[in-house]
Amino acid sequence: MLAFILRRILQSIAVLVAVGLVSFSLFRYVGDPINAMVGQDTTMEEREQLREKLGLNDAAPIQFLRFIGNAARGNFGLSYRTSEPVGRLILERVPATLELSFCAAVFVLFVGVPMGVYTGLYPRHWSSRLLQAVSLIGISLPTFLIGILLILVFAVMLHWLPSFGRGETVRIGWWTTNFLTWSGLKALILPAITLGLFQLTLIMRLVRSEMLEVMRTDYIKFARARGLTNRAINFGHALKNTLVPVITVAGLQLGSLIAFAVVTETVFAWPGVGQLFIQSVQFSDIPVMAAYLLLIGLFFVLINLIVDLLYFAVDPRLRSQGGSARVAGH
Amino acid sequence: MAVASGLSGWLHRVTDSDVWWSFKSSPMTVAAAVATLLIVAVAFLSPVLAPHTPFDPASLNLSDGLKPPVLVSPDGEWAFPLGTDDQGRDVLSSIMYGTRLSLVVSLAAVAVAMVLGISLGLISGYFGGAVDAVIMRVADVQLTFPAILVALLIDGVVRGIISVKRHDEIAIFVVVGAIGLSFWVSYARTVRGSVMVERNKEYVQAARVIGLSPLLIMVRHVLPNVTGPVLVIATLNLGLAVITEATLSFLGVGLPSTEPSLGTLIRLGNEVLQSGDWWITVFPGATLAALVLAVNLLGDWLRDALNPKLR
Amino acid sequence: MTTPSNNPPLLEVKNLRVEFPTRRGTLLAVDDISFDIAPGEVLGMVGESGAGKSLTGNAIIGLLEPPGCIAGGEIRLEGRRIDNLPYEEMRKVRGARIGAIFQDPLTSLNPLYSIGRQLVETIQTHLPLSAAQARTRALDLLKEVGIPGAETRIDHYPHQFSGGMRQRVVIALALCAGPRLIVADEPTTALDVSIQAQIIALLKRLCREHGTAVMLVTHDMGVIAETADRVAVMYAGRIAEVGPVRDVVKHAKHPYTKGLMGSIPSLGVRTERLTQIDGAMPRLTEIPEGCAFNPRCTERGTRCLVERPDLMAAGTSRAACWLHDRGGVGAPLMAQRSGGETVDA
Repeated sequence: MLAFILRRILQSIAVLVAVGLVSFSLFRYVGDPINAMVGQDTTMEEREQLREKLGLNDAAPIQFLRFIGNAARGNFGLSYRTSEPVGRLILERVPATLELSFCAAVFVLFVGVPMGVYTGLYPRHWSSRLLQAVSLIGISLPTFLIGILLILVFAVMLHWLPSFGRGETVRIGWWTTNFLTWSGLKALILPAITLGLFQLTLIMRLVRSEMLEVMRTDYIKFARARGLTNRAINFGHALKNTLVPVITVAGLQLGSLIAFAVVTETVFAWPGVGQLFIQSVQFSDIPVMAAYLLLIGLFFVLINLIVDLLYFAVDPRLRSQGGSARVAGH
Repeated sequence: MAVASGLSGWLHRVTDSDVWWSFKSSPMTVAAAVATLLIVAVAFLSPVLAPHTPFDPASLNLSDGLKPPVLVSPDGEWAFPLGTDDQGRDVLSSIMYGTRLSLVVSLAAVAVAMVLGISLGLISGYFGGAVDAVIMRVADVQLTFPAILVALLIDGVVRGIISVKRHDEIAIFVVVGAIGLSFWVSYARTVRGSVMVERNKEYVQAARVIGLSPLLIMVRHVLPNVTGPVLVIATLNLGLAVITEATLSFLGVGLPSTEPSLGTLIRLGNEVLQSGDWWITVFPGATLAALVLAVNLLGDWLRDALNPKLR
Repeated sequence: MTTPSNNPPLLEVKNLRVEFPTRRGTLLAVDDISFDIAPGEVLGMVGESGAGKSLTGNAIIGLLEPPGCIAGGEIRLEGRRIDNLPYEEMRKVRGARIGAIFQDPLTSLNPLYSIGRQLVETIQTHLPLSAAQARTRALDLLKEVGIPGAETRIDHYPHQFSGGMRQRVVIALALCAGPRLIVADEPTTALDVSIQAQIIALLKRLCREHGTAVMLVTHDMGVIAETADRVAVMYAGRIAEVGPVRDVVKHAKHPYTKGLMGSIPSLGVRTERLTQIDGAMPRLTEIPEGCAFNPRCTERGTRCLVERPDLMAAGTSRAACWLHDRGGVGAPLMAQRSGGETVDA
């Protein structure tokens, strides 16, 4: 068991290093850190001195290590666009994105999984067919279009909910939260639904197809032959077996919420890291892009690690074989 | 005569197949196929069918601006059945041209992804070892990032390398490349899996013995095996590519507003949405949704009908 | 079917028909078959794959997979009709009155639950026992089916058992609520040959001790000959011959059964040649007129092409073949192919 967790942690570090490498190449070779720091009238000589001072003439591996060391301390240099420290820019905006993603994730799990179970258990019922059809429409609507439609209906036409911004927030230490004010909570509703809807349909369809798959297995047939109640079969045997693959995908999907927030934040002018990233892409603000990339990589790795541990808790085959079952099963 | 009988024989084989039967017995799928064909046909015939050439500045008249659709308001004019935007451009014509551009970009992106993915999958499966490990790890890492993010990143990098002015000229290639690069993984995995299976079969060994290139032999044997799965992935990817292109354009990092795709049209409309001029946004949005829905329905059906093992 | 009234059958199947609606028309997979099983009796059901033997077993336990359905006839267990019971009623019969064993022990057990949990949940579903009592019973069953170290093994998961051990667990699960009948569908096919005999011996011993009847579905005549009291031979959805196992094996009455018996190498008896039956069983869409076996039959006559034989008395057995009718097969015909081609043993 320890070996399994250790191996997973090592793999996570490897992924992080790879992402770091991409991030570093962006930072160092696509952008030129000197340009951000000096004015137009700086002479070549002065630039060269600065270069030497910043260690930009060192061997690439040394620079990479320095970059990672700085990144670990939250130091990503200055934004080309605003000349503010990138670390601070991101930190200011992280709470907005995390709160939005969290609400969307709760929405996805607590609505999507039950819907998937229901449609998987009763695939021929008319309501399942309806949900299945609606879910296909959900997949076909781009996130930004859902956001625009929701704004059109609930903000422009009905004036029920705000269409942009976080509303009033409360500051706790460096964290700002939406959860403690009425206007903050109201501001969360439309963006959270927008962000979650696409993933919700994906999760629902995934749970449904896994459920259908499991219901066809021999052990479910044997469970029926043993005369177990439908309740025990559906929610004990079938659901638990469905969860094994669903956990993996759901984890990744929920992780990608943070990345998909890019679009939602733009539509709703939500002051999170996604919006910051879009601005940095438009202005080719390389330091911000590099930092954002590393941040997203870190989130993904953390989520993956949690998923692996969950997996471990659900599947006994993994506990005794130290992880080889998962590799074989995929 | 021979051609005709060959064709009728082929037609008979098609109409007698299980796939055709499953197609015929699903009215939803038939409707989706008809809708897709209709949208594609109208889009590619837009220079002939469209009532206006919306992005020719000479033909625009600002006094035609912000006309509502004919059927919902007496202010509408039949010359502009779906209304006009703030510049006086006909929304219907913009949609037709925009759809054509969206389709061209998406099809090209899927083609790029397909060629790249199949090649990398073949290489990965055939050579194995370190080459395989590198390609598959890159795939793993890339899979952890959503396609839209990869595309955004590629777009941002290109912007960093070349000047903004030149960027507008090559924007379409950047978008095609960015989307294509973000979709290659599923093709590569499918092809790689198939190659791994074929690699140890006797005919490959035999080919090696008689001095034929085993790679060539495998390409000939593996490609037919993966046609089904690749077709399914490509269809589902086409829907995703349309969405991704629209999203990039909506975010302002895709195609420039001088050459608007559906996503650009929605972005332009969204800027005036708060004032209640909904038609500029809603009609391109509905077209986009209808197109993606139709393609997704086809992809969904194809997946169930061919039922390949997708990874 | 005449059954002495002082010894009512445990299971009666009368004129059972199982259909599969498909896009090319409805397939009759089980065509009007009747048989019964006495208490404690082992009935072997043998035939090629696709003959309908597994479907018959599934129909009896009420678990035909859709779109398959019972289209006619009736099934009675201990005199009570069970083929038309509502799902919930039939559920109470399954496990409690009829146990089932499937082909593949590797996939019959839920991988995520310990075998103890699966046993206890089955026992508690059917018997009014406390958790502790159920666990004791589960432990006894595991010992009975010969799981060494049952006290510790009870908390292990299926993947920690070998195939043979898993099938023992499956047998324990089938027996745990004391059913009167067990439907065993190819219980040994997926196992190593060396394990097969052990499992069959175990099944036979347990059923004798518990007085449980068994319907043993298999394509393996050897298993049947060793285990069954009576045997029913199925061909293309119908019963070709049914009778005491000794008679059917030694003195087969139906040409199909003869061919089947001829194809088994037997130890002890020196056989110069093994025969094989020419051709293949027809697909359900292409069952010929008259006797379904006629295209492959070496003894067929004109009557076999037009009239379909029902089961009729043939010595101690009953066979669906005109050879045993007073009218005979009609004018003899050459078999379509040379027939009864031989292979050196």
